[in-house]
Amino acid sequence: MSKEEKYNRYQRQVILNEFGTVSQDKLFSAKVLVIGAGGLGCPALQYLAAAGVGQIGIVDFDIISLTNLQRQVLYATEEVGRGKAETAAKKIRALNPEIKVEVFNTRIQNSNALELISPYDIVLDGSDNFATRYLLNDACVLLNKPLIYGAVFQFEGQVGVFNLEDKLTQIKANYRDLFPFPPLEKLSCNEIGVIGVLPGIIGVMQAAETIKIVTDVGMPSTNKIISYNVLNNRLYEVEIVPNENMGSVMPKSKAEFLKFDYQWFCNAPPINEQITPEDFHELLKNEKITVIDVREKDELPLITWIENIHLPMSEFGRGIKNISPTGKIVLICQSGKRSLAALQILKSKNPGCEVFSLIGGLDSWEKKSKSSV
Amino acid sequence: MAIKLLTFGQITEIIGQSESAVNALDSDALKAQLIRQFPGLKDLHFAIAVNKKLISKNTDLKDGDTVALLPPFSGG
Repeated sequence: MSKEEKYNRYQRQVILNEFGTVSQDKLFSAKVLVIGAGGLGCPALQYLAAAGVGQIGIVDFDIISLTNLQRQVLYATEEVGRGKAETAAKKIRALNPEIKVEVFNTRIQNSNALELISPYDIVLDGSDNFATRYLLNDACVLLNKPLIYGAVFQFEGQVGVFNLEDKLTQIKANYRDLFPFPPLEKLSCNEIGVIGVLPGIIGVMQAAETIKIVTDVGMPSTNKIISYNVLNNRLYEVEIVPNENMGSVMPKSKAEFLKFDYQWFCNAPPINEQITPEDFHELLKNEKITVIDVREKDELPLITWIENIHLPMSEFGRGIKNISPTGKIVLICQSGKRSLAALQILKSKNPGCEVFSLIGGLDSWEKKSKSSV
Repeated sequence: MAIKLLTFGQITEIIGQSESAVNALDSDALKAQLIRQFPGLKDLHFAIAVNKKLISKNTDLKDGDTVALLPPFSGG
């Protein structure tokens, strides 16, 4: 292929002064792994392929369903029921036969994440659940790969660039600096709804961030999260500051990563790790136990009726190291949700400990006390 | 003291508006005040930014500051 032919397809971007053949060559040599070929992944894949990214990997285990088509416009109605990864690959190969496309028809998880990501330069997060988002973040931190984050909720989207060092400040923030812990409520597009154009916009923004990082043209949103609202076009950018005291439990080695249970981290622990007010009452009478109140310092009333340690949730990950409990541990908060999150932290640091979260928290304890008077 | 409060996602759903004016001396006081007013916020995890910069500990607020509350989204 002559030099002219090589750039012909990309002529409209190559003629940009800031871009040129230098940037195009960088795209030719780039390797980008896209996790999820859904609402975010499809538009990102299309623009990355069209721009001439040399190697694109697609990871998705799912099949196309009719309710995907409202936003996953890469797919056709007749393709419902087919695998997303191979169908997306077929489409982008047809769009640009000059690039290499790798298909991974699999769910990304601890056991394959490092192997999948290692050969690539950049990871684009188009996943649809918190467990995968934390897993990708941690894998990218361990492997030192930039992560292009995107997520949507109803009419609002978020875009950010994590784990990429800012050239001026040398700061490198990641998803856990922004959100050390997953939320307790589990919501996905399937349950809460999303306007079809939104993942299109956010996915294309993720592709734009990827292209800027590869080519070193412009300013990617490094260490930033951008919120975009379709309804009012409000765009709001926040700078992420590394959070040394995040109290989170990010695996610090590949061995720790392989053992980290992301599904469990992002879901409530099993019911046998929760204790009813009645059983808690019995336990208090019969055994010497350690009670930890995880509410924040300003939350009232303070617990005075039993001996307890006050370790607020915001300091829990750090403070728990300094506590040597006696017997079983019971964690308490106002409604029983934060104590569950605290239980997850404690369990991840010390899997063998016998720990319970008080169901319904102080609210249900008070109800029980009143009814038994 | 007037602080501009910007909210996103589920937090806007709970508070009922995405932009409002509030009074608070620091970020912890603001959070406690919001939780008292909107108990549904108690169990949500969200990032707090003061003047477009993420904070990880209690931060003094002054007249004219903008505080943003950002919950994580998982949809894709």
